[in-house]
Amino acid sequence: MTTQTLAPFDPLAEAIAAADGWPEVAETPVAAAESEGETKPKDFLIIDYSGELEKTWATMILASTSAAMGVKTTVFVTFWGLQTFVKDDKRITGRNWMQKMMSAMQRPGVSHRKLSKMNFFGMGPWMMGRLAKQYGVASPRELLEVAQALGVEFVPCQMTMDMFGLKPEDMIEGMGEPVGAATVIGMLTDNSVPLFI
Amino acid sequence: MPVVEITQTVDARGLSCPMPIVKTAQAVKTIPSGASIELVATDAGSVKDVAAWCKATGNELVEQTSDGAVYRFVIRRK
Repeated sequence: MTTQTLAPFDPLAEAIAAADGWPEVAETPVAAAESEGETKPKDFLIIDYSGELEKTWATMILASTSAAMGVKTTVFVTFWGLQTFVKDDKRITGRNWMQKMMSAMQRPGVSHRKLSKMNFFGMGPWMMGRLAKQYGVASPRELLEVAQALGVEFVPCQMTMDMFGLKPEDMIEGMGEPVGAATVIGMLTDNSVPLFI
Repeated sequence: MPVVEITQTVDARGLSCPMPIVKTAQAVKTIPSGASIELVATDAGSVKDVAAWCKATGNELVEQTSDGAVYRFVIRRK
C-alpha cells in the first residue's frame, strides 16, 4: 500500500500564482541596514490633525524624542490641531461671528485640550493632569517647549487658518510660515516617516 | 577599568519618558566631543531608551549600572 501525501491546498495562493506568478520577494533593505549595525536617521513628519489631549500628548512626545535622536522633525498643524498652537491666554479667535462662536465652543491653547473620551466636562483632563504630575510625565505644554528648543518645526496649515479666521498673532511664538498641502507632500523624501495623529 | 571623567550630571530622577532622553540630548550638545556625561534616572524604560538613543545618535554608552530602581548611565559624546 502506498501512502499518498496530499499537497497543501491554498486557493488564494494558487489564484495568485496562476494570475501572474509568485510575487517577487525583494531582498529586504531592512536586513541590509541591520547588518551595517547602524540605524539610519529618517525625516519624521507628524500631521497633527485631531487636537485632542491624548493625541496632542503623543505628538509632543514623539516629536521631542525624534528631535532628541537627531532626526529632522516637522509637525504640520492642521484643522483641530491648530487650536493647540493658539496662545493659551487667547479666549476668542476669528474674524466673523461663526469663527468666534467656534472658538468659544472649544477653548484654544495647548493647556486646554479635551480628551476624546472620558472628558466629563473637564474632569477627565484634570485627572490626567494629576496622574501625569504624580508619575513625572511632562505636560503637553512643557513638551511643546522642549520640542521647539530641540528644533522641531511646527508648520501651520494656511487653509485652516483662513477658515478658522486665525491670525499669525493668535499663534504661539516660533511657528513656521503657514503652508499648504503641496508643501507638506513636497517635504516627504525616501527616508520620511509620516504620521497622521 | 579606566576612570571616565564626567563633565556634567543630568538628574532625571522622577521624570518619565521622554524627559530623560530629552535632557540627555540637550546636555550632550553642550559638551565637547570625547567628553562624557552622567545620567541618573528612575524611569525603567530608560534602560532600553538610552541604549537606543546612543545607537541612533552614534554616542557611546560607556557605563550602565543600577542601584535598585535608580539607573546610572555614562555617555561619551562622539
